[in-house]
Amino acid sequence: MSTATTTTELVETKKSGGLTGAAANYIDERTSISTAVKELGRKIFPDHWSFLLGEVALYSFVIILLSGSFLTFFFSASMTPVEYDGSYMPLKGVEMSAAMASSLDISFDIRGGLLMRQVHHWAALLFVAAIGLHMLRIYFTGAFRKPRELNWVIGFVLFILAMAEGFTGYSLPDDLLSGNGLRIIDGMVKGIPLVGTWISFLLFGGEFPGEAIVGRLYSLHILLLPAIIVALIAMHLLFVVVHKHTQYPGAGRTNQNVVGYPVLPVYAAKAGGFFFIVFGIVMLMASLFTINPIWNYGPYDPSPVSAGTQPDWYIGFADGALRLIPPGLELVWLDRTWSFNILIPLVSLGLFILVVLIYPFIEAWVTGDKREHHILDRPRNAPTRTAIGAAGVTFYAALWATASSDIIATHFKVTMEGVIHTMQFLTIVGPFIAFFVTKRICLALQKKDREIVLHGFESGRIVRLPGGEYIEVHQPVDEYERWKLVSYNDYKPLMIRPNAKGKITVGQKARAGMSRWFFEDRIEPVSSTELERAHGDHH
Amino acid sequence: MTTISTPKQSGGRRTGRRSPLASVALIAIGLLFTGGAYAAFSTSTASAETNAASQQTVDEGQKLFAANCATCHGLAAAGTEAGPSLIGVGAASVDFQVGTGRMPMQLNGPQAEKKAVQFTEEQTASLAAYVASLAPGPALPDPSLLDGEGDAANGAELFRINCAMCHNVAGAGGALTQGKYAPALTGVSETHIYEAMVTGPQNMPVFNDMNISPESKRDIITYLKYLDNNPSPGGFALGALGPVSEGLFLWIFGLGSIVALTVWITAKSN
Repeated sequence: MSTATTTTELVETKKSGGLTGAAANYIDERTSISTAVKELGRKIFPDHWSFLLGEVALYSFVIILLSGSFLTFFFSASMTPVEYDGSYMPLKGVEMSAAMASSLDISFDIRGGLLMRQVHHWAALLFVAAIGLHMLRIYFTGAFRKPRELNWVIGFVLFILAMAEGFTGYSLPDDLLSGNGLRIIDGMVKGIPLVGTWISFLLFGGEFPGEAIVGRLYSLHILLLPAIIVALIAMHLLFVVVHKHTQYPGAGRTNQNVVGYPVLPVYAAKAGGFFFIVFGIVMLMASLFTINPIWNYGPYDPSPVSAGTQPDWYIGFADGALRLIPPGLELVWLDRTWSFNILIPLVSLGLFILVVLIYPFIEAWVTGDKREHHILDRPRNAPTRTAIGAAGVTFYAALWATASSDIIATHFKVTMEGVIHTMQFLTIVGPFIAFFVTKRICLALQKKDREIVLHGFESGRIVRLPGGEYIEVHQPVDEYERWKLVSYNDYKPLMIRPNAKGKITVGQKARAGMSRWFFEDRIEPVSSTELERAHGDHH
Repeated sequence: MTTISTPKQSGGRRTGRRSPLASVALIAIGLLFTGGAYAAFSTSTASAETNAASQQTVDEGQKLFAANCATCHGLAAAGTEAGPSLIGVGAASVDFQVGTGRMPMQLNGPQAEKKAVQFTEEQTASLAAYVASLAPGPALPDPSLLDGEGDAANGAELFRINCAMCHNVAGAGGALTQGKYAPALTGVSETHIYEAMVTGPQNMPVFNDMNISPESKRDIITYLKYLDNNPSPGGFALGALGPVSEGLFLWIFGLGSIVALTVWITAKSN
């Protein structure tokens, strides 16, 4: 029976499919690819603009790979001093490293070189920015909950690796700006007690700047880091396929289904087209706007530091932390200098990164929720989480803004000291303000949702009743809208329970305390009884 | 004159024979003339390190000074509590401060700001001549140093080493402490750049001819003019402010337009 069917199918394909059909069949018979196509092609992706942010990151990475490969053809990762003899007049005859000279050649003497450099750099900025925005979307919608905690960790490691890629790339041209950046890193490393100096000498192959660092960073930048990133991206995407995509709450959407378009043909076409859109925007930026004009910075020389020396945006938060630290924190103890002005930023940023990395596990521990979640939270329905996120964003943003303190001072005509003191205040107090304000806003929005579900929208229509009373007619929400407003998880603070031995552990107490802090202020979703009663009222 | 005429008259009678005193007198007269001329010349060079100016110009400058500057700098330009002494600042300093509109100052602030120029070129020159007449000081630069035909590569290197820490590598300006700042150097005239280096206005240090030779100053001016006349090879320079403006542009316009497009792509068709 089955043989017969196959034969007829084959005959049919030959008749109708022509060359394409035959080729497809040829490949399928040798690779069984049709199973994969059938599986992946029928994969459903929900449609929402915020689900495309991760794709933006992926596409910019592809652009970075393409333009970066072009640059490797012409870049020479060597710090051998050479005399520049290219076509940029104001650097002619200046002694510089071969790395800088080849970067200038790429910019001025190789056809399309400058465009490719600018594509590479703009795409790199976009890559990290898109990851950041994607991560914020994941956080605020609670998409990191079970089963996706590990994918959050992978994604966050990708964010850190992207910053590492960016920083190593920023340092390669060996211009003044990149040398200054490396000097700051060198200073930070040397600020670590006991081992700092050794690590610095190991890194630079001797005293800074030495002649080794560009070659070493180049190996990391084009070999090791991209390899790890590609592997992690593959895992990241594999997990997306395995877990299936999350979706926003809505009528007909449950934890068991995914509502959206299949990959083939709709989603593949959209996503493929979107790649070209992203590529187009990067090209447009690269062809119209200068980025990293190394010809202005000139070759690295340890003596000059230009005004307005900043890292690329994604390292800004670390630079800002260094700028915020008040002076006078170095002390001599045990015959050594302890540079707390470096250690405090290093440790606090390290802690911040660690907390973000393990946040899914912290929240899972606090809620004690072991269920799988495929329906996203609306940010207002998880007030404490959203408020923590807002506090984190404020902290990061304050550090980030501080990295441009000098530009703020000149462009808003304020004093440098005023900017620094304001930012010190915002970095420490800002997160608390943001936390309370955000939490209150979330609770207020939840109350508003409740009000709308129970009493409907204000229609703006005023009606005079026979008794002379005026009322505004409230229009009930439709069922689709109501679904969105009432279906969310309601958590209650955990009760302290003794364990098997009948004891209440410290861990239990801490957990209960955290849980109370998370969920003590909460607005419960409208229950069906409440809903019925409300309807009764209105009629 | 009388000394000359006397031997002539007597010589007419004595058939061409000169009195033995005549040569002595002649030498004395010659010495007197050259000495006098030398003395006159050398005094004029001493004050004309600050340019030779006619007494009339100086007088005019003094009047302008008394009317516009003396309130703060004092009638004799010796300074008051409100403004520093101008004795010895030279014509270059006056030409820079007045020629860029920084003086007369209209507002007390962290530093005098560039604004609309208050005097005509002639008036500025008179003021400069007056201040220069008070005591020797840096003179107006020689035009040959301002032609912008020097070595831009050397100028760029000197600029990065000596100027960029305040003015930024591309001359876009930068912040200093307590609200002071180093202004952007785009569009500043060659003369004013030179004068600023020689006189060190506001918070700027003086770069005298021992620090940076006049030829090197010419190279620096050449580089700055190169930046002025050649737009960035990479496209719009975004203010040449470095990574901050690049990052801001990327987030607002780059990522902003991409997010707008994602909304467009996923919008439901009507």
